[in-house]
This record gives sequence, C-alpha cells and structure tokens, in this order.
Amino acid sequence: MSFPLLTATAALPAIGAIATAAVPAAKRTAAKWLALLFSLATLVLAIVVLVRFDPDGDRYQLTESHAWIADFGVRYELGVDGIAVALIALTALLIPFIVLAGWHDADPLETGSKRWRPTQGFFALILAVEAMVILSFEATDVFLFYIFFEAMLIPMYFLIGGFGDRAHEHGEETAARQRSYAAVKFLLYNLAGGLIMLAAVIGLYVVAGNFSLTEIAEARANGSLDMATGTERWLFLGFFFAFAVKAPLWPLHTWLPNAMQESTAPVAVLITAVVDKVGTFAMLRFCLQLFPEASKWATPVILVLALISIIYGALLAVGQRDIKRLIAYASISHFGFIIMGIFAMTSQGQSGATLYMVNHGISTAALMLVAGFLISRRGSRLIADYGGVQKVAPVLAGTFLIGGLATLSLPGLAPFVSEFLVLVGTFTRYPVIGIIATFGIVLAALYTLVLYQRTMTGPVKPEVAEMPDLRVREIAVVAPLVVLLIFLGVYPKPVTDVVNPAVEHTMSDVQKKDPQPEVEAAK
Amino acid sequence: MSATAAVHSLWTTAAAADPISRIDAPKIEYGQLAPTLIVVGAAVLGVLVEAFVPRRTRYYAQMFVAVVALAAAFAAVVALAADGYGTTKAGIVAMGAIAVDGPALFLQGTILLTAMVGLFTFAERRLDPEAHGNRVDSFAAQAASVPGSDSEKKAVKAGFTTTEVFPLLLFAVSGMLVFPAANDLLTLFVALEVLSLPLYLLCALARRKRLMSQEAAVKYFLLGAFASAFTLFGIALLYGYSGSMSYATIAQVVDGTVQDVSPALADTMGNDALLLVGAALLVMGLLFKVGAVPFHMWTPDVYQGAPTPVTGFMAAATKVAAFGALLRILYVVLPGLRWDWRPVMWAVAIVTMLAGAIVAITQTDIKRLLAYSSIAHAGFILAGVIATTPSGISSVLFYLAAYSFVTIGAFAVVTLVRDAGGEATHLSKWAGLGRRSPLVAAVFAVFLLAFAGIPLTSGFAGKFAVFKAAAEGGAAPLVVVGVISSAIAAFFYIRVIVLMFFSEPRPEGPTVAVPSPLTMTAIGVGVAVTVVLGVAPQYFLELAGDAGVFVR
Repeated sequence: MSFPLLTATAALPAIGAIATAAVPAAKRTAAKWLALLFSLATLVLAIVVLVRFDPDGDRYQLTESHAWIADFGVRYELGVDGIAVALIALTALLIPFIVLAGWHDADPLETGSKRWRPTQGFFALILAVEAMVILSFEATDVFLFYIFFEAMLIPMYFLIGGFGDRAHEHGEETAARQRSYAAVKFLLYNLAGGLIMLAAVIGLYVVAGNFSLTEIAEARANGSLDMATGTERWLFLGFFFAFAVKAPLWPLHTWLPNAMQESTAPVAVLITAVVDKVGTFAMLRFCLQLFPEASKWATPVILVLALISIIYGALLAVGQRDIKRLIAYASISHFGFIIMGIFAMTSQGQSGATLYMVNHGISTAALMLVAGFLISRRGSRLIADYGGVQKVAPVLAGTFLIGGLATLSLPGLAPFVSEFLVLVGTFTRYPVIGIIATFGIVLAALYTLVLYQRTMTGPVKPEVAEMPDLRVREIAVVAPLVVLLIFLGVYPKPVTDVVNPAVEHTMSDVQKKDPQPEVEAAK
Repeated sequence: MSATAAVHSLWTTAAAADPISRIDAPKIEYGQLAPTLIVVGAAVLGVLVEAFVPRRTRYYAQMFVAVVALAAAFAAVVALAADGYGTTKAGIVAMGAIAVDGPALFLQGTILLTAMVGLFTFAERRLDPEAHGNRVDSFAAQAASVPGSDSEKKAVKAGFTTTEVFPLLLFAVSGMLVFPAANDLLTLFVALEVLSLPLYLLCALARRKRLMSQEAAVKYFLLGAFASAFTLFGIALLYGYSGSMSYATIAQVVDGTVQDVSPALADTMGNDALLLVGAALLVMGLLFKVGAVPFHMWTPDVYQGAPTPVTGFMAAATKVAAFGALLRILYVVLPGLRWDWRPVMWAVAIVTMLAGAIVAITQTDIKRLLAYSSIAHAGFILAGVIATTPSGISSVLFYLAAYSFVTIGAFAVVTLVRDAGGEATHLSKWAGLGRRSPLVAAVFAVFLLAFAGIPLTSGFAGKFAVFKAAAEGGAAPLVVVGVISSAIAAFFYIRVIVLMFFSEPRPEGPTVAVPSPLTMTAIGVGVAVTVVLGVAPQYFLELAGDAGVFVR
C-alpha cells in the first residue's frame, strides 16, 4: 500500500488544528507559530500532490479507497483530477498568508479571563476549515463530500461570529450584534442549502444504490443506470441549490456581503477565496458528472442568473461606501463569471472558469488583505474616511492598486487570462450573453478605480497623516501574492496544463463538443 | 338464546377437557427473561433497603443495588444477544407474553445503558449547595411535606433525601424493558402502567420549584391516565375483533388466515369497525408516550417542571421504550392494516416534525426548547417507522440509540448551569456561557449540533438512516418535509449556540457548578457516543441491522 498522500494533506491541518487549540492560554505566540508551521507543511504536501499528479494520466489519481459505513453504501474514497489539484494548491497556498495576515487579529483586548483563549481558537478554526475544504476537494464519494461540505460551516461560523475588526464605527456592542447576525445568516443560508442537498443525496442513493462518484458516473455513461428525466432534474436542483448558495449565485448571495463585511480580512479571504470555491468546484465535479442531461436542461436559466450576478454584483459594488462590502460585491460579480464559464459548456469556458477560481482566490486575497491592513490602521471601513494614503504609505497604496487592477482584469495580471477565456468560451456558444457579460468588466474598472481614487489619491486627510506603511510581516504576506498575480498573468501555462485534461473529461461527461467555426464553403 | 347456549357449552366443555388436576404449571423461560427479572428484583430489594437500612447509608446501598442491577441486566442482554436470541434463537417466551428477539434485545440494551447514565445524574449530590451541612441531590427532602411548610423545613434541616428515587427508577426501567418486548396486549398494558406510574411520581419530586414540579406531575398523570384509558379501550375493541390478546393471533385475524370464530364473540369477530377504532385508540396511546403531535401537549410542561435528571431519563428511555412498542404493534400486529395506518402516520409524522420545529423557535426556556426539539425528533423517527421495511426497523433502532444519549447528556449539562434559584433554565441567562465556561458550552454545543443533525455527529447518522429508509419505502415527500423542518430546527439550536458564544455574559449571570464524577461520566458518555456514532457508525448500524427482525 502506497503512502496515503491525499489523506495526509488533509490530516496535517486537522492535526494542526488540534495541536493549536491545545496550546496553553499564556503561550499565544507559540500557537501562532505552530499554526503557521502546520499551514506551511500542508503547503509542502500540496506541492508534492501537484508534482506527483500527471495531467495526462488517469482522470482520478492518487486514489484511496477504504470501507467506511457499508450500511449507507459509503466509502472513504479520495482522488484528484486536475481541477481538484489546482484548487488544493490554491487552498494550501493561501492559508499561510491568511494565518500571517491575521497574526494579531485574535489577540485578546485585555488580559482578563484565563480560560477564554480566542487566539488559539482563531488559528485552530482556520486550520480546521482548511482540512475540511481540502477533503471536500479530494472526496470522490458523494456522501463523504457532503459531510465535509456541511461540517465546514461550523468552524466558519465561529470564525465569522467570534472575531471581528478591532475598530468599528458604531462601537463594540453594535459590532458584536452585527457579527452574530452575519454569522447566523451565513449558517442558515448554507445549512438550508445543505439540507436540501441532503434530500437529493438520499434520493441519489435510492436511485443509484451507492455514493461512488466514479461508479455512478460510469453507470450513467454506459447506460446501466437510467434515471427518469424528472428524477434527474429534481436531484440536480437539490445539488445545485446547495452549491449556488455556497458559490454564491444571485439571488442566493445576500449572506456574503454581511459575512465578509463583519469578519476580519483574513477570514473574509478564507470565505471568498477558499470556502466558496467548493461551491463552484462541486458544480463542475458533481452537477455536470452526475446529472449531465439535467445540467444541459438548466443551462439557460443558470446562465441568466450568472449574468445577473455579474452585472448586479458590479453595480452594487460601485455604490458601496464600505471597503469590505465593495470587495464582497465584486466577488459576487466574479463568481458570476465562474459559473457562466462552467455552464457555457465549452472547453475554453470551463478551463477559464477553473483558472478563474485560482486567480480570483489570489487576487481577492491580495486586495482584501491589503484592505485589511489599511482598515486596521485607521479603524474604519468607510471609504469616505480615507484620502491621500499613497503619499504617506506608498507601498500599501501600490500593492492595493495591483490587487485592484487584478480584480478589474488588467491584461498582464492573472485574472485577465481567465476572464478572457470565460468570455470567449461563452461567446462561441451564447454570443448575446457573452457580450452583455463584458459590461461587467467595464463596471469592474469603475468600482476599482473609484475605490483607489477616493482612498489613496487626493489631499492627505489629517486622520491618515500618521499612517505607517506596510510592516515586514505584511509585506511578506502581500509580496508573494503580487508576484504570483504577475507570473500567472504572463505565463498561465502551469495551471492550464494541469486543468485542461480534467476539463476535457468533464466536457465528455456532458457529451458536448466545442462549437466549430463555420466557414462558408467555397463556391 | 343461542349465544347463551354457546357460552354455556363453552364453559362446560372447557371444564370437561381441563380438570383441575391437569392444569400445567406455566412454563417460564427464566434465562431469557433475566434482564427484566433482575431489574424487578433489584427494585423490590430497593424497597426493602428503604425500609430497613439506616438513613445514613441508604444512599450508598441504593446506588449499589441499582448500579449492580442495571449492569447485570445489561450483561444478561449482551449474553442473550451473543447466544443468538436476537437472531436465530429468537422466540416467544413466558406463555406467549413476551417476545425475545432482535429489536427487543437491542432496545432493552439501549434502555439499560441510558438508565445507567440517567442513574448517575439522579445520584449527583454536589450541584446543589449543601443544606445544613448535608449534601443533597435534585430531589425533594421529603416528598410528603407541603412546599413551604414547617415540616419541609424540618426535613431539609434534618438532611433527609428521597432515596426512593432509585427503586422508582428501577421499576420504571423494568416496565420499559417489557414494553417493547410485550407480545400480547395485556402485557403491553401492564408494562405501560409499570413504566408510567413511577415516572409520574418522579416528576413531582423536584427539590426546588416544587409547585411547578407537582403541577407537571399532575398534568402528566391526568393526560397519561387518559392515554392509558384510550389504550385499554383500544385493547378491548381489538379483543372483540379478534378474540385474542396475542399479537400473532390478531395479526392472523387481520390477514384473514384464521377463520375459526370463537362462539362467544361471533357477533363482533371480524368486524372491521372494531379493528379500525381499536387500532386507532391503541396507537394513539403509544403516540402519546412518544410525544407525537397532536398528543404532545404534556411534553413541554412536564419536561420543564420535572427535576432535570428525571426529564433527561424520561426523554431518553421512555421514547426508546414507546417507539419499540409502537414498532412492534405496527409491524407485528397491524402489518395487514398498513394501507390504512400509513396515510394517518404520514400525516402525524409531517405535523409532528413541523410543529415541533416551528414552535420551538419561540421558546425562551432551555428545557421547554429541548421538549419541543424532542417532539420534532419524534417526527423524524416516525418517518423511519413508516418505511415498513427491514431498514426502517433498523434505522429507528439506531436513531433511538443515538438520540437517547444525546438527550441525556444535554439535560445533564442543563443541571450544571445554576444561579441562586437553582438551575438557570431561562435562555437569557445562558448568554455568554461560552466565555465563562468554554468547556461546558462547547460540550452543550456538540449536543445541539447532534440534535441539529450536523455531519460527524450521531444525530446526522441517525437522521440519514431514517430518511434513507423513508425514501426507500417510497416516502420521498416525508424526506423533503423532514429536511425542511431540520432546517427550521437548526435555527433555534444555532440561536442557543449564538447566545452562548457570541453574547456578552451578564454580570449577574449563572455559574457553572463543578459536578461530581457521576455527572461528568454521564456527560462524557453522551459526548463519546455522539462522536463515535457520528464518525464510525458502521458497527452499530450493523448491530441494529442484525436486530431488525421481529419474531412473530
């Protein structure tokens, strides 16, 4: 038996979470270092996965399979395709930065109670989320996936509700109330989605008799498992609903702005750059593979919803007064692009969407974390409270600009490639939708540049005059992300090479071929 | 005229065929009845201890008797199961009165373990502040003294404790052991009364808030008496319909395989009106015990008023026993009638799930909240009951085992959160508990997550099992309703968690008492079972699956 690499990749942060939580109350700094150490070790394992993965090999690699709950037809089955490998790498990459960026976010305000240990809890919860996210990327058993898809809500919930920004314009009590509102909203939306998915999971078991993704997909492909059209559509809707809440897709998106606004910047990154990716990933892996016909049936509606997300998210971002809320709405717009790319059912669209997931993760992390550093300096999230920051803190302003430019998909930065692919992929099949979606980019330029202009340029406001520039720790967080953004913008091949074969598989699941260019026959 | 003659001839022929000298001694399989007999014997012994052992040592003597009895009875259950009495050697014993089969043994084992854990919470004596230098438990110093009277004060001052609770618990357990194993309707009724009467008494015995406790007991007793009367009436009608008390015979009459009408009942036998009304009344009595809507009205008041250890024990063990009996009635006696009872039970299950979850949202008392949550859970279990498949039986068995330990653990935690007036059950007092006592709050959060059915807890495995069985049994709409009410229910479980972790503690808020190892064991067992059944349920699912066949 070979070394269970995938299990280890998920187990390491889980062990880290327990170890971090067990650090005594007084040793806060030790807990932080321990968490960082475990997140880096996980990154190393994720890189090993990336290296061991052969893009041109089998569809699922590094597979593991063990009996688990035979009575439910559930097996502990792991396996990764290119899409999963890319997203595991993204997750493992971002967590150390999240830990580092949140270094002081959970320091106790006063050294009062000895038994309440927020710092240890904060980092343990982040690692717990990482473990569950990685497992849900790896699971090739529907039930196993479902378990971690649902279970990760609990630590996320505590991260959102338990830890907020130090400063709040309405005072600590209001802040606590709004935080707990955001956390409950997050949990209820996602739990409702998850429970509806549970009904569909049970339905799938009744129809298929087991939960193995590979077995069911194979049986579907060779016709030995025949689903009635109505059944397939209901099951598809049950799955899709949960993923659409998680992704989030308009009109199920309203939890995201609250959650991102109220949580600390690193947790906001964790939500949008890591956890939400499970939703879009699951659409690719489960919806398209298990229910290809129903996916095609639902495509027109989903594309329209995605289009609304793109435009609506961008429009609302333009109108925001709160920096974090603005980034949240921008993310909703970007998730619209990702979902559009997935359901355009072209290989460019789906490669673009997968690439987009990775790039969006990196660019949002860069933008949001710098925004977090900015907010922690001034103690306010309101755009109107800033002005002229670039004169006092040029490095901060510069990295903020790069993050922003990445968000508006400037050519030369990573998100451009993916957005372009998504648009091209959509255009070849649905030209009208592709054209309308392009306006999303225009709006993105608007909200990003207006944000930059209002906060960073102009006369220096007295409140920000003393603002220190980025510290070493903060630069250590931002610099690698900026480098990655530029590198993948110029040379996206490493990611596309891993992703493309997997996308080909998915395309063949839904039995779609790319539309061929039509050439008028020579007369 | 003819009927009189028939009765007369019946009587005379019977006398001729069975002269007094030839009455056979009843054949009793003591070995297979050992679990019940041990507990009954210990309960009787407990009464003697109460009478003859000096007051100082009574507590320890009673504890010893009860623990040994429950452990021995559980060992007997395990031995019987290991011997194959749950599967190949399953059979009817005690002259057709008791069935020893898989479901009976599984449920008896569950009840005994739950009772053992419940016993630990009964025996806890470190939570209440010492009264006049004596350690006291949750029960009234002297049940007979009027609340607030001088005799009560004297009893408290003298350091009396109601050690009768131990034999009462054992009597209740013995009834519960028989209830799901009963194989004729009279035994069922006797078991129902034996399990109910001690519970009525126990409900009235709270040390604090005695009036509320007595009110709860009266309500429980009155409604319980009604339910018993309905049950008894249903039994009478069923006897009139079938001419027999035995489960198997009634089932045969329902199926139409028995044709020989006993002459005395010639007018009524085979009359479907009797069958339908009788079955409805009988099932109603059982639905009352499981707390299904619309027979749930007693649950919140009784759960709130009863001493919390009793509430925990009652919520867990009674539900196990009553569902066991319900399963046997529906699967053994009335399978031939399932096209009639399934639609009704569908409606009951749907209403129970939704009403329990929706009404719980507005509750402000933790014990009432748990009461409504138990109603919602009864609805989930009913969804499994309705499946009428072997996987339906085993899923219900598994759910009951999972649920009972979560419940008893949760109520044990409730006993720990106290202020000057005793247990602080109002939800507002729980604000900020997570900051003050993270461990207790975290444990309670685990139980709440299990109630909510979050994956990796036993609640999820149980819920998945019953919903799967229901879906396989063709009850997909029930699954959808179940999922929706789970989402509603999640809201109030989460609300408690929010309150504990994200609200500021109140300055005059309650403190968490440090319990003795007894309650710690109870809570620890609860957490352990919750996690183990959540992460690795396979062994227990298999156990429930093997046990999922009724003998007939």
